[in-house]
Amino acid sequence: MDVPYVAGLARIALTAEEAARLQGQLDDILAFVGELKELDVTGVEATDVAADTHNVWRADEPRTGLSQAAALAGAPLTRRGQFVVPKVIE
Amino acid sequence: MSDFIPSIGLEVHVQLKTRTKMFCDCPAHEEGEPNTSVCPVCLGLPGAMPVINREAIRRTVKTGLMIGSTISLRSTFDRKNYFYPDMSKNYQITQQAAPLCMGGAVSIEVAGRTRTIRVNHIHQEEDVAKSTHMENSTEIDFGRAGTPLMELVTEPDMASPDEAMAFLLALKEMLIYAGISDCNLELGHVRCDVNSSLRPVGTDKLGVKCEIKNMNTFKGIHRALTYELERQAAVLRSGGTLIQETRRWDDEAGVTLPMRSKEYAHDYRYFPEPDLPPVVLDEATVEAWRAELPELPVARRARFVAAYGLPEYDAGVLVADRAIADYYEAVATTSGRFKAASNWVMGELLRALGERGLGIAEARVTPEALAELIALVEAKTIHMTAAKEVFQVLFDEGGSPSAVVERLGLAQVSDGAAMEEFAAQAIAANAGVADDFRNGKEAALKFLVGQVMKLSRGKANPQRAAEALRRRLAT
Amino acid sequence: MSRDLHELGLLEAAEALARKAISSVELVQALLDRSAALNPSLNALTWVDADAVLAAARAADAARVAGDARPLLGAPMAIKDLLNVQGQPCTAGSNILKGYVAPYDATVIARLRAAGCLFVSRTNTDEFAMGGSTETSAYGTTRNPWDLERVPGGSSGGSAAAVAARLAPAALASDTGGSIRQPAAFCGVTGLKPTYGRVSRYGCVAFASSLDQVGPIARTVEDVTAVYQVIAGLDPHDSTTSARPVEDALPGVRAATNLKGLTLGLPRDYFVEGLDAEVETLTRAAVETCRELGANVVDVDLPHSRYGIACYYILAPAEASANLARYDGVRYGFRAPAEDLQEMYEQTRSLGFGAEVKRRVILGTYVLSSGFHDAYYLRAQKIRTLIRRDFDRVFETCDAIIGPVTPTAAFRIGEKNADPVQMYLGDIFTVNVNLAGLCGLSVPCGFTPSGLPAGLHIAGPAFADARILEIGAAYQHATDWHVKPPEI
Repeated sequence: MDVPYVAGLARIALTAEEAARLQGQLDDILAFVGELKELDVTGVEATDVAADTHNVWRADEPRTGLSQAAALAGAPLTRRGQFVVPKVIE
Repeated sequence: MSDFIPSIGLEVHVQLKTRTKMFCDCPAHEEGEPNTSVCPVCLGLPGAMPVINREAIRRTVKTGLMIGSTISLRSTFDRKNYFYPDMSKNYQITQQAAPLCMGGAVSIEVAGRTRTIRVNHIHQEEDVAKSTHMENSTEIDFGRAGTPLMELVTEPDMASPDEAMAFLLALKEMLIYAGISDCNLELGHVRCDVNSSLRPVGTDKLGVKCEIKNMNTFKGIHRALTYELERQAAVLRSGGTLIQETRRWDDEAGVTLPMRSKEYAHDYRYFPEPDLPPVVLDEATVEAWRAELPELPVARRARFVAAYGLPEYDAGVLVADRAIADYYEAVATTSGRFKAASNWVMGELLRALGERGLGIAEARVTPEALAELIALVEAKTIHMTAAKEVFQVLFDEGGSPSAVVERLGLAQVSDGAAMEEFAAQAIAANAGVADDFRNGKEAALKFLVGQVMKLSRGKANPQRAAEALRRRLAT
Repeated sequence: MSRDLHELGLLEAAEALARKAISSVELVQALLDRSAALNPSLNALTWVDADAVLAAARAADAARVAGDARPLLGAPMAIKDLLNVQGQPCTAGSNILKGYVAPYDATVIARLRAAGCLFVSRTNTDEFAMGGSTETSAYGTTRNPWDLERVPGGSSGGSAAAVAARLAPAALASDTGGSIRQPAAFCGVTGLKPTYGRVSRYGCVAFASSLDQVGPIARTVEDVTAVYQVIAGLDPHDSTTSARPVEDALPGVRAATNLKGLTLGLPRDYFVEGLDAEVETLTRAAVETCRELGANVVDVDLPHSRYGIACYYILAPAEASANLARYDGVRYGFRAPAEDLQEMYEQTRSLGFGAEVKRRVILGTYVLSSGFHDAYYLRAQKIRTLIRRDFDRVFETCDAIIGPVTPTAAFRIGEKNADPVQMYLGDIFTVNVNLAGLCGLSVPCGFTPSGLPAGLHIAGPAFADARILEIGAAYQHATDWHVKPPEI
């Protein structure tokens, strides 16, 4: 596994030391789960989502949710009722 | 462009006109303070879970039915994973493996040529939050996050910016007609990703594709495509190669620019959404939804021409607004006077609506009343000028035409005796003009008719007056 | 009476409260006092708001005087720090949710609240439920009340330890690969993982959406059943919950005295997997007890069960990698200082997540990624089908499957931290129940020679929760492993 690349996909920064340690551990885990390759899965369906049910939906009826204050209560940074994040550097 | 053939494909994202969001029951389409139409689900709080809005499914399926798609009887949702602050979960719930509608097509007409633009599929997904980019930060409002979106992906069948425009207009007309979406571009109801490529004339293989993302005006799309196709052609003509890339349109500068981002190439890592069971539609449900579809503009225009004998221009004007077309049909079928009905609707009615800034739903004159008014004119009970006066009263106050006619005393005098009386008076008072007529001056009759109109205070039927005068003057 | 108040089970307490033999305030005070005394050495609890819970207890007592006769009125419970309780912090055992206060109730919490329950404390958990020992919690490990040098199990180690130590008569917890049943076994208490879709996950911090279930831990099957009855059932907020009606299991559980007429399957495959000899002995003795109670015990085969851990450690991290993507410092929780957006994401998640979480999120991202999706994720989903089919076949002839819950009793703190795979192997007997969407119960079945508890696992077909509760109750009524308290 290209650990730094995959960590990047997952938006996790790793120190060089962490990356090295993880490399070993993840390679071990992949070797372990690799035993699944032994099995013949020809013709086997992937397990369905929530197999006991289908057509679970709701009517188009609005309901009051959270107030603006409640929505922003835990936010690290807000401005004028909006969540604020650092800019994307293009 | 005579050396290259453009291939244009569109991915059209349409906000559906539902009352609530796609996966939660927050009100959709709210305008107001930021972050007020939100809940744990659309904010992506820990532990929140999505629930499908059935109305959004219905609208997407109806759209598919309108364009002749095959409706997937078993449809599922998937997670599309990437990080961006306008996505509260950093994955979007969409449909990748089994969209609701497969295939379909939209007919367009450009420069007299009819073309069929094939649609690859239509799928359901959720909209992202609204980001406002400031100098050093981005502000985010999740009020819009989770609004139901329908994404319609075409095949690269369009061959010019005009065709792309025609497609979008045809789609918009259809969606408004069926009440699926208001397609208000200013409110951001429709956004497109525009894909284009060129291939040399005489070849079949599509060229390198370039994507222009997130266009939200049709005119902008036209301008951007026009520029982009020329840009690509210039590169190819000079022997260069194009790279497959994503660009953005800079409307001020009038150019497309590569989107520079240090992003990892988007590996969306799609997998089935474990929180949502499949949508399984039976034939009965789909047919019931099909029955809700209105007759679409193209078909309705053709029918107006064929069934009512209207000129194409009239049909075009009347069909443009579904409610007006419905109104016209009611007047036409009740009165049996198709052209007259068209004249009244296109003329007096639309003018009155325009002057008062009203929609047809607010006009008090019912189709039945207008049909009756047409009949009164037909029967010469009143003449046209009076009818217009009656119409204005009906428009503002409602009621029945005959009642208004009577109340305002506008009934034309057709009563033979009264007419004879007026004719006699007019002739008596204008002996010289009467003689002019007897001596062959046709125009003199007009004057005498005018006198009868005066005597009758405008209530005389001019034709009957003329007939009565002729008879008298002949003796 | 206060010396004994913490000994009361949930139904016992509810009944004493109804009789007005005790008040909620007394009961809650007793638990608060005991928690204050014992939690420093156990670290089972992450949060206690004494004032708030005493106020709620007073309100419950007043309601009772006014005629409120709800069966669980004023009954106290501990809640795993993974469930949203409005107004309470919810950390999921992580630094990344420091400061997050729940603005809404999980459905299970709302239901317990409506039944009159009081939430007396929040219990420690492995970070984001990822772990089998509660050692990955950012708030310190929890110690097993039976031996403070040993783990209580995980991820619901705090809930199991709290119940075993009598800090609360019952607790809510969650189970994704064994996280209720394994700590219940390690701590000598009873724990139920309901059938997938039987209990709402709305408001439970998601780890692996197709595997997670919320369930109760208590000292008796009756108490576990009482909580199950309140929380189970269709929830419009959770589209994976089933519309099947929830039967009233409590009468059958109370009346369970034998296992006559039942066929119990004993998987041959379980007894070759590195099962500790002491645990095997206890398990076989429990199986014998079941025979004595009238059950027909037969050997069965679950040929694909050995692939369960590998399958689980592909699918659970995959789903987790998406479920944990929302922890990004934008809307709540911890945010690291940063110059630009990407740095903010990366530093927040790097500093906010612990090592195990990072491991699983990266692993999960990988198995879903382009080029590897089919070989790992898709393949694992197919093998999952094979695992489920094994169970379907066995349940054609068996009413339930019994066996050990864990391959060993509670291990020492730190013992399994060197090698993640070693930790993962502990899930061998529990994980397949989650993969197949079945129900599973752990009941205490004895103590090793060194005095560590072990559990008997009872697995049933989907929606046979009442049946396995009855089987567990029959066994428990004939034994007293569940009665002895740890010496702390």
